[in-house]
Amino acid sequence: MSEAPLIELEGITKTFGEGAAAFQALKGVDLTIERGDFVAIMGPSGSGKSTTMNILGCLDVPTSGRFRFRGVEVQDLTRDQRSLLRRRYLGFVFQGFNLLARTSALENVELPLLYRGESKKARRAAAERSLDLVGLLPWADHTPAELSGGQQQRVAIARALVTDPDVLLADEPTGNLDTERSLEIMELLTDLNKTGITILMVTHEEEMAEYARTIVHFRDGLVERIERGLKADAPSAKAAGEHA
Amino acid sequence: MLGMIGATMLLALREIRRHLLRSFLTTLGIIIGVAAVITMVTLGRGLTADVQEDIAGLGSDVFIIFPTRADPNIAPPPFDDEDIRAVEMQIPGVEGAAGSVQTSATAFHNGQDWATTVQGGDREFFAAQSIDIVEGRGFSDTEEARGESVCILGPKVVEEIFQPDQILGEEMRMGNVSCRVIGVIDERSNAVGGGNDADDVVFMPLKTVQRRFIGNTDVQFFVVKYDPAYSSATIQQQLIDLLRERRVIQEGEDNNFNIIDTAEINDTVNQVTGVMTLVVTVIAAISLLVGGIGIMNIMLVSVTERTREIGIRLAIGALAREVRLQFLTEAVVLCCFGGLIGIGLAFGLSVLLANAIDLPFIFDPTVNLLSFVFSAVMGIIFGYYPAHRASRLDPIDALRHE
Repeated sequence: MSEAPLIELEGITKTFGEGAAAFQALKGVDLTIERGDFVAIMGPSGSGKSTTMNILGCLDVPTSGRFRFRGVEVQDLTRDQRSLLRRRYLGFVFQGFNLLARTSALENVELPLLYRGESKKARRAAAERSLDLVGLLPWADHTPAELSGGQQQRVAIARALVTDPDVLLADEPTGNLDTERSLEIMELLTDLNKTGITILMVTHEEEMAEYARTIVHFRDGLVERIERGLKADAPSAKAAGEHA
Repeated sequence: MLGMIGATMLLALREIRRHLLRSFLTTLGIIIGVAAVITMVTLGRGLTADVQEDIAGLGSDVFIIFPTRADPNIAPPPFDDEDIRAVEMQIPGVEGAAGSVQTSATAFHNGQDWATTVQGGDREFFAAQSIDIVEGRGFSDTEEARGESVCILGPKVVEEIFQPDQILGEEMRMGNVSCRVIGVIDERSNAVGGGNDADDVVFMPLKTVQRRFIGNTDVQFFVVKYDPAYSSATIQQQLIDLLRERRVIQEGEDNNFNIIDTAEINDTVNQVTGVMTLVVTVIAAISLLVGGIGIMNIMLVSVTERTREIGIRLAIGALAREVRLQFLTEAVVLCCFGGLIGIGLAFGLSVLLANAIDLPFIFDPTVNLLSFVFSAVMGIIFGYYPAHRASRLDPIDALRHE
């Protein structure tokens, strides 16, 4: 298990629709991601990067091909089994933040723990720790409407982190932010990656992709090229694996 | 599982708190339905109790017999003591029979006067009509036999022309007849006999009233008390046969008397209130159904409106059944709140209305509990489909939903 890569995609295809209206979004994607990596997935719109992200996030299943996550064949799992996988190992950050409106930052961060059946006290402690990690503990009682975009995205990151996931999936995490806030978020993600969390990020901005250690370029439903080992100062995959 | 229910409960309560006005409006149907059912049933119970008390005022297991016109042009012959004795002697199951007469008279006491009714009736009549004496005593054998001038007051007369602590032994006058007060009867609800306030009466021995007020020995009506072990229908038929014979009514002619059966009145009242309760229940069921559809409607709107939220929940790992449970819990909690508010409202309404229309307020825990349980069941029935829809959403589509 420790020897197997965290994520392995083999010949993944994804077709939407049927017959004449069918559209093949992925045409056979092969990709291996090691534990502790920081991966940026890039490509023009329609290149299949979002579809890949959905499959990697266990939100969607491939039409054909194999997706192994921690050695588990995800394409064979039921809907509920995939839910449990997400609950246990994955954290999500979305472009639109996707926080619950009229709900305090703390309650938003607590949300994933509700589904783990943890006690109120444990939920609160974990949520506060997580908010502290993103520097938003003083804003715990604020609702999303009372927070700036950057702060909202930090709350979303805190929510993704609260379950101690192996992988953080970020879909255009800076897409709705100005440059300064974007860079802050990227710094935060980099710091998190240094603690051992594997980060998968979809972006179309070169500037943001520069923070990643691996950049995967998509084009027309296929992986065009992969750039690896971009950040020399990042911790080794092995050290990160031990941490996890 | 228990933790899951606790967590979904918390989510449901948060959601309701966040949409307080909408939640209230949503449950209005249930609130009104529950309030209507409980109020109507409570008032119905009060009405039944009230009527039954009235009937109890007539005495139980009692027939009341009085002459009526068979032919509108011929006055019916009155009953007399002979008829009463014959009924007592000849019909098995009859425990006793007692006649009564009444007429209006003015009561005078201490320089005050009060227009009331004087009624003649002996101890047997008091017993058959369940008239209780709360102060003093009833008539003695001698007083009844001699037709003495003693009287027993109805509480209304006491209130009008007597001092509370100076009643027994007082001399008073009824019309031209002076009499001595020997007792006071208990308050009664309206009983038969003129339809007046049954408490506004002065009782004297039958003979006294016949002699001094009416001037003959006829009775205007008489009561027959029977052993409830006997069939009331059989006794009633025997009464009809005997009285027809005594009053020489040919075959084919109508009775020139009427028999009121208190048991029969009781049955009729029970039937009427039973039908009323049924009608109310049906109306209530319809209104609760409408309320339930309202819940379903709003829950469907809510699911659509919160599609993104459902997407978030699914993405972070909520199971389909957890999402379903959450929405179902929301619907049930909403309905339960509706039920509770309805029960509270019904309580207030019932007390108010019972007061306004002068009925006793009788709290019925069964109806309240049933209504509450029923509201919860409505939540499950009408909350299931929206909850199921929410749980079937695709997380990717749901997250993209605007």
